[in-house]
Amino acid sequence: MSTSMEAVASAARADAPPAILLDKVNKWYGAMHVLRDVSLNVALGERLVVCGPSGSGKSTLIRCINRLETHQEGSIKVDGIELSDDLRALDAIRREVGMVFQSFNLFPHLTILENCTLAPIWVRHMPKAEAEALAMQYLERVKIPEQAKKYPGQLSGGQQQRVAIARALCMKPKIMLFDEPTSALDPEMIKEVLETMVGLAETGMTMVCVTHEMGFARQVADRVVFMDRGEIVEQGAPNDVFENPRTDRLKLFLSQILRGH
Amino acid sequence: MSDAAIPSPARAAPITLVGPIAWVRTNLFSGWFSGLFSLLLLFLIVKWAMGFIEWGVINAVWSVPNNQTQACRELKGTGACWAVITEKHRFILFGTYPYEEQWRAFLSILIFIGLFIVSAQRVFWRKELGLVWVGALTAIGILMWGGVLGLNYVPQERWGGLVITLILATFGLAFAFPLSILVALGRRSKLPAIKALCVLYVELIRGVPLISLLFMASVMFPLFLPEGMNVDKLLRAQIAIILFAGAYLAEVVRGGLQTLPRGQYEAADALGLSYWAKTGLIILPQALRLVIPPLVNTFIGFFKDTSLVLIIGIFDLLTAGKTAIIEPAWQGFGIEVYLTVGFIYFCFCFAMSRYSQNLEAELNRHRVR
Repeated sequence: MSTSMEAVASAARADAPPAILLDKVNKWYGAMHVLRDVSLNVALGERLVVCGPSGSGKSTLIRCINRLETHQEGSIKVDGIELSDDLRALDAIRREVGMVFQSFNLFPHLTILENCTLAPIWVRHMPKAEAEALAMQYLERVKIPEQAKKYPGQLSGGQQQRVAIARALCMKPKIMLFDEPTSALDPEMIKEVLETMVGLAETGMTMVCVTHEMGFARQVADRVVFMDRGEIVEQGAPNDVFENPRTDRLKLFLSQILRGH
Repeated sequence: MSDAAIPSPARAAPITLVGPIAWVRTNLFSGWFSGLFSLLLLFLIVKWAMGFIEWGVINAVWSVPNNQTQACRELKGTGACWAVITEKHRFILFGTYPYEEQWRAFLSILIFIGLFIVSAQRVFWRKELGLVWVGALTAIGILMWGGVLGLNYVPQERWGGLVITLILATFGLAFAFPLSILVALGRRSKLPAIKALCVLYVELIRGVPLISLLFMASVMFPLFLPEGMNVDKLLRAQIAIILFAGAYLAEVVRGGLQTLPRGQYEAADALGLSYWAKTGLIILPQALRLVIPPLVNTFIGFFKDTSLVLIIGIFDLLTAGKTAIIEPAWQGFGIEVYLTVGFIYFCFCFAMSRYSQNLEAELNRHRVR
């Protein structure tokens, strides 16, 4: 069912070196087979959107990329480094891969500024003043520099998610992972977060986004991957995938989310 | 409709809603039954307080000449014999510490209290505070033991009273708290050996009474030492208290660790923080401030539990008080002595309790929206 990698790799970025390489990845939660022979190639600078019904394994897939989950079979290479139990390789990968979560996961006991400077100071060993200048720069980019001294609990959901994006960017990652970044937000706040993500896409950042926001996918994605029951069912350019679904599973999924909108 | 543009001025609330009169009305006399009950309680409180003042102040004897306690005995319980405190307060506070050298024990108590006050100020929560502790405890050690700087040597067997209670409680909690954090983290470790070791420690120690641990430390432990080697009795009791308190505190800390959502761990991991950076900067600061009430509860409990060392012959505050009234002349004045000792315990425990409430409010400011 799954189409071959080479045929669908984004034409615009096909010549760029791969940022993420998944080869026949399999994962089980106990007896449940959640990722089945998933192979995926994300080029440097490519914007990939992963969609699919809940329980299809899309979140598990991107959580495997920075090893918040471990896979049991196959290989995952990020930025040329093979993911394994080697802690030094893991540290190197996590430094280069930023992640934004559905539930923001800001640190509630630290101010917005401290949330952003923590990792640069403790992981990149950046001097405090430099880290703060960097953090303010990114907070300005997500348009909330005036909230720097507040605590996460004092911000709206949309603002918190933008802080989470700034926090990840402060590590100057090569790759950004988004795990349903707008699913926990009230409708009026989804737009501000998506706009931030569009702005980020325009800078040429390699992005892998798990999202159901079709508008966003059409606007920025180079490629859309549709997953169902742990496997990649279809992939291709957004218009292709959304206008001409070839499988019944994708047709069903599209009809369901369109009805929801 | 024309009035709508100008908001009507706010009127002061009627006297039945705010102020002390309103408070009394709503809390004490909200109905005939509660009114009657309030009056009854008020009567009992006044009667009891007047009785106490009569006993403790008006009829009290404050001092007697040369251990002649006839004046006290003639009261036949209608007045307090505070003379026992006047006479014995130095024994209660310092035990059998040599009389002329008791200023050293007194100075040690002041250093302890000063250390608590300095440590309680958040502005002093810096690395230097560790040095202050080392310096203060060294000073207390030099003062109590002596043998250097022209001070006479005082063997540990002669220490006693409040100083012993403060030593056992301060060292006990200062070592037990870091130990408990390590054990709590170890119980959640992915390494099976470390996890098993921590579970075993907590379950073993929690499974026996503190008294049996103290007995083991004082009676059994020396049997395992090579002949001629002797570990100070106070030190053995101190280690038993540290191990015991550590196991209880570890479970309190673990409770705090479990309340943190998994997302906090994942966010720290995703940022590439190392295990110790994640634990020290993200996990513990949040987990510990959540468990301040049960932590202080345990602290207060152990402050008082140090009095159990009496069963292995160490003279803490309570034992010193008890011993002070063994002398025939002073027998029968237990109430006065125990009230005084109880008051000293209360001062320390109440201070801990009030401080923890302030600390909790201050540290949890970020949770207020």
